Amino acid sequence: MSFLSEAFWVLLLGSLLGLELIGKVPPTLHTPLMSGANAISGITMLAALTLIIKAGSNIPLLVMGSISLGFALFNVVGGFLVTDRMLAMFSRKPSRK
Amino acid sequence: MNLSDVLKFSIDLLAVLLLALGIKGLSKVRSAREANRLAAVAMILATIGVLVDSYGNLGISIDAWIWIILGSAVGGLLGIFTAKKVAMTAMPETVALFNGCGGMSSLLVALAVALFPSTESTGELSNGFVEIISIVISVFVGSITFTGSIVAMAKLQGWLSTPGWMQSKIRHAVNIGFAVLALVSMVSLLMGGNSGLWLLVVGSGLLGIGVTMPIGGADMPVVISLLNSYSGVAAAAAGFVVGSQLLIVAGAMVGAAGLILTQVMCNGMNRSLVSVLFGGAIGGTPSSGSSGSGEYVNITSCSVEECALTLEAAEKVVIVPGYGLAVAQAQHTLREVTRALEGSGIQVTYAIHPVAGRMPGHMNVLLAEADVPYEQLKEMDVINPEFPATDVVLVLGANDVVNPQAKNDSSSPLYGMPVLDVQEARTVFVIKRGMSAGYSGIKNDLFDLANTSMVFGDAKKVLGDLLLELKELGISGKG
Repeated sequence: MSFLSEAFWVLLLGSLLGLELIGKVPPTLHTPLMSGANAISGITMLAALTLIIKAGSNIPLLVMGSISLGFALFNVVGGFLVTDRMLAMFSRKPSRK
Repeated sequence: MNLSDVLKFSIDLLAVLLLALGIKGLSKVRSAREANRLAAVAMILATIGVLVDSYGNLGISIDAWIWIILGSAVGGLLGIFTAKKVAMTAMPETVALFNGCGGMSSLLVALAVALFPSTESTGELSNGFVEIISIVISVFVGSITFTGSIVAMAKLQGWLSTPGWMQSKIRHAVNIGFAVLALVSMVSLLMGGNSGLWLLVVGSGLLGIGVTMPIGGADMPVVISLLNSYSGVAAAAAGFVVGSQLLIVAGAMVGAAGLILTQVMCNGMNRSLVSVLFGGAIGGTPSSGSSGSGEYVNITSCSVEECALTLEAAEKVVIVPGYGLAVAQAQHTLREVTRALEGSGIQVTYAIHPVAGRMPGHMNVLLAEADVPYEQLKEMDVINPEFPATDVVLVLGANDVVNPQAKNDSSSPLYGMPVLDVQEARTVFVIKRGMSAGYSGIKNDLFDLANTSMVFGDAKKVLGDLLLELKELGISGKG
């Protein structure tokens, strides 16, 4: 049971941390923040990875894990890059006319 | 604890710290870009952590490597391609697509574990009941996230429109039906056996479609944000399934942060989450009886030429960009017009309403893309006191956010929504394709005011014509 009780503590503290981290967001950043948080939610790639590694020689499991990893990595890589593209536009602020 | 356990533990701890700093930093303009990179580094670290741990404890077979590389190469390359190619105006649907794929990933992990329970893939969860609950939650939320996000993307792309019956009350009954279907299959799964699994996938998938389908317009980003929060929950549930603390904490953070962001967005639009999810559009039912509707009595329309002449004589011009501008992709043409004006010494600023564009904050991204200097973008609270000293306001495809009813008419559905006080300016030009109502479906009192003139036409076309007129008047953007 030790993992389980720990896991619930982690869940609770993680949720509180999430609530605390987003306090006041300027409207300017709603879109990039959504897109960035979206990329982080692709962290299920770790689950997919674990699945593949522990699958042994079970082919269906390997295939499902691989597809799952593909979807997650599409989310992660695409999400971070597109967020960076948006934020890069904000950062070239010094007016150059 | 052997060495690889210690190493894995330290890496995970560092990854969580960086993720938290990343989310925190993303909510501030100055640190946002670094924060995004921090989060990306955290993800790489976390991946290394999993690999180190597995390598140290049970080794990674060649088979596993092949499938890992195959899956990540396909997903990663598609991700890179999509992120580079997509137009800035298409950002809402892109975010929805990415999000749906995250949900699909969690769904697949849970399905795989449920279908092949004999393998060692279930981590240290010895308690079978908790494991099956985690699987059920992961399948349920993952499936809703996937179908909901895909529907959201298709609607934003214009591939799907809202069927008529979806606006009626029947949809609530239909959705309750789907929810009951999902619930029944959940119970049967918890009782043991896998028979309810596919029923659960289908039931929750249909629920995701049924809930997202009736939603449109400015409410859609709120739904995407909510679905994003769900994908965090799905990730946390997947963490329980495979026994990963890191996944649980990261999923919980994204879930909670997404919820807060959803709330902030709702506040910006003066909407409650409940009304977004269950109310349909504000004007979903024909609002003929409400005080907001009614005929326009005093519309003045004018030509682009007149508009150009007035602009030429102005000293201080404020641009109010809105949804129409974003849809017409006219931000670059707008930038040329403002360059021309600035070139002849006219002061130009942009008034940005919190929900301008296709999603909150989207307008800032679009204008930044068109190279508008960041300091010319003024937020509502800053620009509102400046309108009385403004000569000309150009309203481009914005509607509800400039409706004086929100301040003056306590019976209006818009009443209380923060709006831009453009009517305080000397002259207001509204560039709009026709007299159709905005998203709220109610009349805009601004259009009836004596100092407002309508310039009818597509935003991009009108701005292009305006640029030509300004050049004929001797104003050019070379300055």
